[in-house]
Amino acid sequence: MPISLIPSSAEYLRFLPEIILVVSGMLLMVLDVVLRKQAREIYGHLSLVALVAALAGAVYAYSSPGPAFSGMIVADGFATFFRVLVIGVGILTVLSSYRYLNREGAEPAEYHALLLLSIAGQCVMVSSSELIMIFIGLEISSISSYVLAGYLRDDKRANEAALKYFLLGSFATAFFLYGVAVIYGLTGSTYLAAIRVSLRGGNMAPAPMFAGVAMALMFVGLGFKVSAAPFQIWAPDVYQGAPAPVSAFLTTGPKAAAFAIFLRIFMTAFQPLVADWYWWLWGAALLSMTIGNFAALTQSNVKRLLGYSSVAHAGYVLVALTAQSHVGTAAAMFYLAAYAFMNIGAFAVVAHLSGKGERFLAVDDFAGLAVKQPATAALLTIFLLSLIGVPLTGGFFGKFYIFRAALGSHLIWLTVLGLLNSAVAAYYYLRILVVMYFRDPSEATAQIEPLPAGLRAALVIPALGTLFLGIFPNWVLGFADKSSMLAK
Amino acid sequence: MNLLDIVLAIPLVGFFAVLFVPRAAERAIRIVALLFSLAAFLASLGLAFGYETIRPGEQFVTDLIWVISPNIHYHVSLDGLSLWLVILSTFLTPICVLISWTYIQKRSKEFFAFLLLLEVGLTGVFAARDLFLFYVFWEVSLVPMYFLIGIWGHDRRIYAAVKFFLYTFAASVLMLTAIIFIYNRAQTFDYSSILAMLGSGSLHFSYYEQMWLFLAFFVAFAVKVPIFPLHTWLPDAHVEAPTAGSVMLASVMLKMGTYGLARFCLPMFPGAARACAPWIVVLAIIGIIYGALVAMVQPNMKKLVAYSSVSHLGFVVLGIFSFTQIGMDGAVYQMLNHGISTGALFVLVGYLYERRHSLAIADYGGVAKAAPWLSTAFMITMLASIGLPLLNNFVGEFLVLQGSAQANFHWTIFAAIGVILSACYMLWLYQRVFYGETPDEVRRHVFDLRPREWAAIVPLIAMMIWMGVYSESFLPAVRRTDAHILDQTTVNVPVRVRAPALPTTLASTRAQVVIHAH
Repeated sequence: MPISLIPSSAEYLRFLPEIILVVSGMLLMVLDVVLRKQAREIYGHLSLVALVAALAGAVYAYSSPGPAFSGMIVADGFATFFRVLVIGVGILTVLSSYRYLNREGAEPAEYHALLLLSIAGQCVMVSSSELIMIFIGLEISSISSYVLAGYLRDDKRANEAALKYFLLGSFATAFFLYGVAVIYGLTGSTYLAAIRVSLRGGNMAPAPMFAGVAMALMFVGLGFKVSAAPFQIWAPDVYQGAPAPVSAFLTTGPKAAAFAIFLRIFMTAFQPLVADWYWWLWGAALLSMTIGNFAALTQSNVKRLLGYSSVAHAGYVLVALTAQSHVGTAAAMFYLAAYAFMNIGAFAVVAHLSGKGERFLAVDDFAGLAVKQPATAALLTIFLLSLIGVPLTGGFFGKFYIFRAALGSHLIWLTVLGLLNSAVAAYYYLRILVVMYFRDPSEATAQIEPLPAGLRAALVIPALGTLFLGIFPNWVLGFADKSSMLAK
Repeated sequence: MNLLDIVLAIPLVGFFAVLFVPRAAERAIRIVALLFSLAAFLASLGLAFGYETIRPGEQFVTDLIWVISPNIHYHVSLDGLSLWLVILSTFLTPICVLISWTYIQKRSKEFFAFLLLLEVGLTGVFAARDLFLFYVFWEVSLVPMYFLIGIWGHDRRIYAAVKFFLYTFAASVLMLTAIIFIYNRAQTFDYSSILAMLGSGSLHFSYYEQMWLFLAFFVAFAVKVPIFPLHTWLPDAHVEAPTAGSVMLASVMLKMGTYGLARFCLPMFPGAARACAPWIVVLAIIGIIYGALVAMVQPNMKKLVAYSSVSHLGFVVLGIFSFTQIGMDGAVYQMLNHGISTGALFVLVGYLYERRHSLAIADYGGVAKAAPWLSTAFMITMLASIGLPLLNNFVGEFLVLQGSAQANFHWTIFAAIGVILSACYMLWLYQRVFYGETPDEVRRHVFDLRPREWAAIVPLIAMMIWMGVYSESFLPAVRRTDAHILDQTTVNVPVRVRAPALPTTLASTRAQVVIHAH
């Protein structure tokens, strides 16, 4: 690794999105003091501008791909894909938060600042190729997320969610850090590439048992972050308790970033020991799909239902990881993008319908939505069909691509069980469709207000994205394919 | 862009057109839907005239790249098997629009939009020649039907809609697994290329692989047909659906299953298909007899027609798995016949329901006096359904029975019982509904056909007579394609199997004998 203590301008360029996000996050905090209580909307607008700038920065950074800061950061295709993804998630979250924050009377400034910082952390995570850097990104992202989950201070459920998320989350981070420490002790390096070289070093390689311990520790930490079974217990509670736009964010942004580092660490550093952790992944994938789907079957709270469904979807992505191939990596990337669209869309509808204080969260509260607001119902239909995996939606194509990768790696049983799982899942998504279209309006849909502009954008953009990924998957798939070749 | 693409595109454009008509303009919505469905039908007539009967292979081919990697194409075309099924779908859609004209009272915008979307899915299923594209259309047709049943159906519509969706969806994910498996081997989804590779031996499945793949496809199709133990969704869906939904479901959607059996199961996995044929035929015969017996005791007219569908579709499966040219021709012809005659039965039952608001047979009686023309139309349709000579079903059933007799005479004996039973339940139904005392309710509410209703039923009856009297208008195209498919089932059969009573032993190379029974 060439060491130069003064980073070149190209290196700063490769770190551009993170710089933009952190600076504007800080700026928002300062502005809050300066502006006091005037103009609530301005924070949303500013954070939107910051995110769009960061998005442009991420794309621009890819114009000179390569490592930065002694190789701790790498702006490759993989990083760019995920940076664009998490920043995009941020944009949609901001759009769906305008009305929500007003309605709940929450302070907008810190909310947006925390959101920007969390996204900055995720950008660091996905673009780092060194364990300490990954850990720092993980912490930035997580700590902001804990606060966001409990942002509605007076809400009991939000408090419970935040506390649970914080306690279990820090525990998991500790596991991860412990794993990093062990692997550093074994290999003398925190660079993923160096670890890989060391682990495949023949006679000089560290004892497999110790390497296994390190891997297991990191697997637990990451498994928690992606809410994979058997580390999923917290997920439904947190996603149910957190404010709806935050739940949308947590199930997509931090999760996608966690999967990105999962991929990077296990596909590069631990790749030599694939035989050891292959079955862990296999089991976690199957467990996540099964537990998530079967638990969701009996839920009557929509947020909780989507929470369990998010566990199940983590399972599908783990199937792609189990496939151990470039196709699998590309499939995971594509699926996370599709999932981000459809899940944010679904949560945005929940945020819209639930009313002040999120009173209306039962599945039955969706009754008659199709009569009261046909357009909202149609958009939610697109998201639900995509979550089920009906063709011409991103969810279907993603699932298809994942199971194609799985079958390509001879994971026949995992494929069959996974696809049957998706048939089970159809039932609980259909329940929402049923009440929405086949029942008469409820108290919740009777009081529903017209869609505000921000929320409308937060619904239409994901819907178009879902359809776009389902009908014209070429473009995103091509990029995912190209950038799934991780630097070894 | 050829005529077939236009036929596929018209209902899709119609779908969006209906969405853009204001909700309040109900009449305009209906007219737009009718115009687009008629336009699609007229365009599809062009397909019938343009189709060259001499050529067994694909016609009206469009093959465009959809996704580069994985290698997915928009590949659609027609052959003798799909030609008439596409036309059947486009023929029935305007009729469904007509019969829903006053039947649909609420949310008519969504209704007609879904109806047109359903047409896209159905015609697409029959036209698709890329496995992925086929699956896409297969699933896409599920969604509008789900809504048609769930929103505009009768009392237990929600249960029926969910059951319908889950049954079909769960079965078809297995098919998706098989499709992906084939793709990973062949690196293509293209139907013709896969068959060519199988024929040349460059793509080969071991016996067990073939068996599993066959079963994965078979279960998906068997649910749709439906074949005996998997039929339980059908009575619910048919009874609860609005008339147009029942018509589309019975006439076209069930054919997706039998079409799939003939199109994919036979030529792609010939060894497994032949090995399983005796079992499947047994299930088909159970379906024929069981469906007829259950139909006989139904107190509900729609349920009766629904179970009669189970029985009739048994004939189609029997014909396909007889592995004879005649049986296969009969099966394909019977698909069309069933589409016309059962469609007409549902239309007429729907007319009765619109007047008397009841489906219970016991609520009727003496309708012949109150509505003579309606009764006449019902009479002709019922006779067609029974299989009276000179009407369409007779031709199909006769060919199927002849084909099955060539394969195994015992099958024919049992299947023929079904024909007798169908006469029993149909005639009994007719007697109870149309003759006897005329209750007050019937006298007051049941009036004769209105012009719009005439317009919907006359084309169906005309087709029953045409297809019964002059089947040669339709059969030659079917025959060539069937011969081609049967020919495929003798290619590279990985194990020596004893075909049920075929005169030749099938060798592991291309068999020289192509059976021309005519």
